Amino acid sequence: MLKDKDRIFTNIYGLGDTSLKAAKTRGDWSRTKAIMAKGREKIIAEIKDSGLRGRGGAGFGTGMKWSFMPKEPSVRPHYLVINADEGEPGTCKDREILRNEPHKLIEGALLASFAMGANTAYCYVRGEFFRETEALQRAVDEAYAAGLIGEDACKSGYKFDFYIHRGMGAYICGEESALIESLEGKKGQPRMKPPFPANCGLYGCPTTVNNVESIAVASTILRRGAAWFAGIGKPNNTGTKLFNISGHVNNPCTVEEEMGVPLKELIEKHAGGVRGGWDNLKAVIPGGSSVPVVPKSQCNTLCMDFDSCREVRSGLGTAAVIVMDQSTDIVAAIARLSRFYMHESCGQCTPCREGTGWMSRMMQRLVQGNASVAEIDLLEEVTRQVEGHTICALGDAAAWPIQGLIRHFRPEIEQRIADRQSSGETAAA
Amino acid sequence: MSGQSNSTVIQPDDFAFTAENAEAALAVIAMYPEGWQESAVMPLLDLAQRQHDGWLSRAAMDTVAGMLGMAPIRVYEVATFYTMYNLAPVGKNHVQVCTNLPCWLRGSDAIVGACKKSLGVTFGETTEDGQFTLSEAECLGACVNAPMMQIGDDYFEDLDADSAQAILEKLKAGQTPKPGSQIGRHTSEPVGGPTCLKDLDNGVGK
Repeated sequence: MLKDKDRIFTNIYGLGDTSLKAAKTRGDWSRTKAIMAKGREKIIAEIKDSGLRGRGGAGFGTGMKWSFMPKEPSVRPHYLVINADEGEPGTCKDREILRNEPHKLIEGALLASFAMGANTAYCYVRGEFFRETEALQRAVDEAYAAGLIGEDACKSGYKFDFYIHRGMGAYICGEESALIESLEGKKGQPRMKPPFPANCGLYGCPTTVNNVESIAVASTILRRGAAWFAGIGKPNNTGTKLFNISGHVNNPCTVEEEMGVPLKELIEKHAGGVRGGWDNLKAVIPGGSSVPVVPKSQCNTLCMDFDSCREVRSGLGTAAVIVMDQSTDIVAAIARLSRFYMHESCGQCTPCREGTGWMSRMMQRLVQGNASVAEIDLLEEVTRQVEGHTICALGDAAAWPIQGLIRHFRPEIEQRIADRQSSGETAAA
Repeated sequence: MSGQSNSTVIQPDDFAFTAENAEAALAVIAMYPEGWQESAVMPLLDLAQRQHDGWLSRAAMDTVAGMLGMAPIRVYEVATFYTMYNLAPVGKNHVQVCTNLPCWLRGSDAIVGACKKSLGVTFGETTEDGQFTLSEAECLGACVNAPMMQIGDDYFEDLDADSAQAILEKLKAGQTPKPGSQIGRHTSEPVGGPTCLKDLDNGVGK
């Protein structure tokens, strides 16, 4: 288990005061100016060396991403955009940072912006997080008043502004280019890449979009050093991570743990175990709704890091662990996710707009067993036609849970069809 | 967009921001670079909606379009794309129950049932007295405090049918129910207290 001394988010539950004064006693905003004095390249190198991989789901190297920004200043300003449009079912980690550890985010934003030559950061917070936005705004106001950000941030001579932009209820805006479109005052529909945001992002300027957690851990990494962070977890999967454990556990919770922590240990130590005991487990979705389900047989030994989850053909995603016990109607569970993707498709690409609706309707029929066995294969084929054929990854995200269901629980789907047929009801074509 | 179908809505003739909100709108526009004032369309629509009993009239959208120099159709596009804009009147209390997977696994069906029973309406409907609109919500991002619902700007978490009903009864009686966990959790720590952070002298371990 991760030692308390290695935890970054020491007030993640908000049990302590969240004010600037209290945040400082927890180490925030200490030696910030000295870190900036090391210079842009040193900061980026330190983040690269720490091995930090993006915490929003894709797991791309954060330091690498920062290094894509132009080195030489030009007439175009640079921007840091923080993605706080948290809405992936199962995921509620950024919420705790926004309301309980806002100063880690603001300080991280200053350091990241400085490293990338950005004088402005926009934090795009999902609209439903109204109270969380209030908490963050209070912290921003405190930081301005104390001179930590503003015209002369931390007396470094560097100008830095931090603005909060609220979303208004669109899951797709968590996709970075849709978020940029939304920030520009348009419908949140993803852009074609290239050009990539580092070249042409917000307002046509060099932009980096990072997840809240990626930015919020940066200040501590820079203070304690890359070697400290890289020494936690596993090679290529370093550091600590916020996990959300929801569903059929005794004590659902959010907790910071070491990357690579065994799933079973994570659930039993922090979430009070699976309801009815470990053997009552049916399956786990390890990284938010977009990643394929993992059956119990693979959960026994699964470790929670990017590479280990990939080995079982799933993903760490946002590290939102959704636990399902034996009582779960797994077909209905995945069908609920299909309905979600249908609702959230932005409608721009035909395979996704039409495919998410088709897949959702098909899944509803499978829940009833109102289908023929051949239609399972047809559904699988349709997911392959959606996957990889859309501008953004929402099409993939809609396809993967269904593929995981068919891969691991096909007998259950077939049984349901057989039961319905033997009960005398005919399958609708 | 939610609420009743907007084709049947009686549209007021005009809309104007209050002096206070007009000032707030200017502060919002100043957050964005010169020439990119369109970025302010979402916050301004939200401001208008809050001023206008929770929904956006055509006149309100046109006012925002005028302030930002946008073609009205661009503003309508935004208002219809995002679910938090209501293009038809909603109840004073907008009750949104999350039914996505993590909430469903922990019994959101019972919460939905309790809300429907207590309010006497189903999803997408408003009570006759105009006090409550009931909506189904997609994941609201409080999954370790499931099942949950949002009413206005507040989250009500760790619900069961009884506590959900009690919250609605309080609102009906004109009282203010306490937001957050309904079973005494502070935030997202496990029931019974954190499993970590006990040894730190930072107020967390208390």
